[in-house]
Amino acid sequence: MKIIVLMKQVANKDAILRINRDATWIEESDLSFEVNESDGYALEESLRLKEKHGGEVVVCTMGPQRAKSVIKDALARGADRAIHVVKEDLLNLTPYAGAQILAEAIRAEQPDLVMTGLQSDDNGFAQTGVILAELLGLPHATIVIEVDASGEQLRVKRELESGWYQWYAMPKPALLTIQSGISQIRYATLKGIMAAKKKEIREVAPAAAGDAAATGQRITKIYFPQKTKQTQFLGDGNAKAGAAQLAEKLRSEARIF
Amino acid sequence: MPNGIVIFTEHRDGAFNKASFEAVAAGQQLGASLGQPVTAVALSADAGIARGLAGYKLDRVVSVENAKLSEYTPDGYADALERAVRALDPAFVLLPHTYLVRDFAPKLAARFGKDVISDCVRASAENGSVTFSRRIFLGKLDADVVAGGEPPVFATFQSGAYRGDQAERGEGAQVESMPVEVGEVRMKPEAPFQEVKAAVDLSKAEVIVAIGRGIKGQDNIQLAQQLADALGAELAASRPICDAGWLPIDRQIGSSGQTVAPKLYIALGISGAIQHLVGMKNAGTIVAVNKDPEAPIFDIADYGIVGDLFEVVPTLVEEIKKLKG
Ligand SMILES: Cc1cc2nc3c(=O)[nH]c(=O)nc-3n(C[C@H](O)[C@H](O)[C@H](O)COP(=O)(O)OP(=O)(O)OC[C@H]3O[C@@H](n4cnc5c(N)ncnc54)[C@H](O)[C@@H]3O)c2cc1C
Ligand SMILES: Nc1ncnc2c1ncn2[C@@H]1O[C@H](COP(=O)(O)O)[C@@H](O)[C@H]1O
Repeated sequence: MKIIVLMKQVANKDAILRINRDATWIEESDLSFEVNESDGYALEESLRLKEKHGGEVVVCTMGPQRAKSVIKDALARGADRAIHVVKEDLLNLTPYAGAQILAEAIRAEQPDLVMTGLQSDDNGFAQTGVILAELLGLPHATIVIEVDASGEQLRVKRELESGWYQWYAMPKPALLTIQSGISQIRYATLKGIMAAKKKEIREVAPAAAGDAAATGQRITKIYFPQKTKQTQFLGDGNAKAGAAQLAEKLRSEARIF
Repeated sequence: MPNGIVIFTEHRDGAFNKASFEAVAAGQQLGASLGQPVTAVALSADAGIARGLAGYKLDRVVSVENAKLSEYTPDGYADALERAVRALDPAFVLLPHTYLVRDFAPKLAARFGKDVISDCVRASAENGSVTFSRRIFLGKLDADVVAGGEPPVFATFQSGAYRGDQAERGEGAQVESMPVEVGEVRMKPEAPFQEVKAAVDLSKAEVIVAIGRGIKGQDNIQLAQQLADALGAELAASRPICDAGWLPIDRQIGSSGQTVAPKLYIALGISGAIQHLVGMKNAGTIVAVNKDPEAPIFDIADYGIVGDLFEVVPTLVEEIKKLKG
């Protein structure tokens, strides 16, 4: 089974975000980056499927040169090779245009399975995978929490809202968007890191993205959300003082004890 | 020329969900400010369900029908709604940002060579042009977004962005049947189910101490447990804690976990992503401890401490014990 995993590099979740001068995106120059959370799970599930059923896991990442660190890490964990769609600037790339580029980058591979994360932690579009499935003519399932690839048909367990689940069966090839927590993520071993050095990373240029990039949705401004609630901040930066005040408030105002 | 607003409504077991009425409210408000007619559509095998929309102030209620729509599949829904949208030729298609809509709306939009302005928290119309606002970076920032290209514009709204009880009632429109063709449906759904009953029912808890990724390691959970013990509270968590297996999944709070409304909810090292907030925002008193002053959790907190939870919690436990005597 040939599996392609789409992995995106995003700003580190713990990073303190600053807005850029034009207020059109965040200031990226002093940020650290990591792999998008659900994409890490998509990789893990792909590696497990390969271990069970044989085949190959190919990582595909679109982004600037710094995104290579995501690729190298994936190769160290056990992916076999990688496609890097080199695009210095993902700004104002609409999900449709992004999916078009990704579709052209992987189409010739003719994968049995395409795995993506369920959404990116920066843009949060929650749609690149589904659009990609449509462009490649594949059936898809989203928010997948379990995959059974042992039969002729693929069976996947989807998460529904508030604790409900549902199994879907579909033919292969297919595209799945993976939910975090599907399986425990392995660490890269030293052996894996060494082996990764010999694995292929193929750089490709983005195929022309039609005119969707120019005509699709566009950010005009970003800003910190307006606070709607009057929060009483306690301690004024002093954690211990805040804790003492909070205990008192919980007793006298909230009457918890 | 494309005109009007089409609202997609979602139902299960014969009832519309709350998110559908939030979408109706969104569509009505946008329709009023743009002076455009508003149509609600429901997809099903027969006209029965759409009658539930007839009591609302809508210009049209359209029942999009095909036998293959008796259960949800992305292929079936995308096909049916594509045909309905082409026939109705609206300027906007508005949907609630539910798990079901996430599953098929991008596919639908792609049929029009477009994508979705997803998970919006607001939409405002000025001089006939609409600006959508959506949360990015897991709720830390807002982005104003304008649509480009040809109509229709596809947009989804976050849970709670509009109030379902503000969906205006009215004369009601006659339900119009619109039979549509649906092509091959490749995926076969089995019946939805719930996992075996959760071992802990957090919805009964009076006080909840919840931990997020800020707790850093499994070994540190005993610190939160001490606070829970001091308050007679149950321990709960955000998704990443349960994903990592540090706490069982039945202690997860949020859209795919439990929904709770305790007297007191203390969030330790939780950023406040919308999928977490929907599970706890109705708590009586909300306390947030977070080292990031911009963490979105503070937007719904009554009391906030900006600081390191590893400094805050031990002192808090001590002080509570002192006050309790
Ligand atoms: C379809 C879907 C369903 C989901 N369902 C759920 C769900 O049911 N429940 C849920 O919770 N999430 C859910 N999520 C995930 C959600 O989007 C967030 O990713 C998640 O809630 C983040 O968890 P967190 O706040 O613990 O982690 P983070 O967002 O990483 O936040 C950690 C916070 O801890 C703070 N911190 C770090 N160190 C310290 C310290 N020493 N002291 C104090 N503060 C510190 C940081 O400033 C940060 O704000 C879902 C997502 C999707 C897409
Ligand atoms: N630039 C990218 N490179 C590789 N994969 C991507 C990229 N952008 C999005 N994806 C994939 O699409 C998923 C959904 O992203 P989004 O639609 O932005 O929420 C992500 O979890 C990734 O798996």
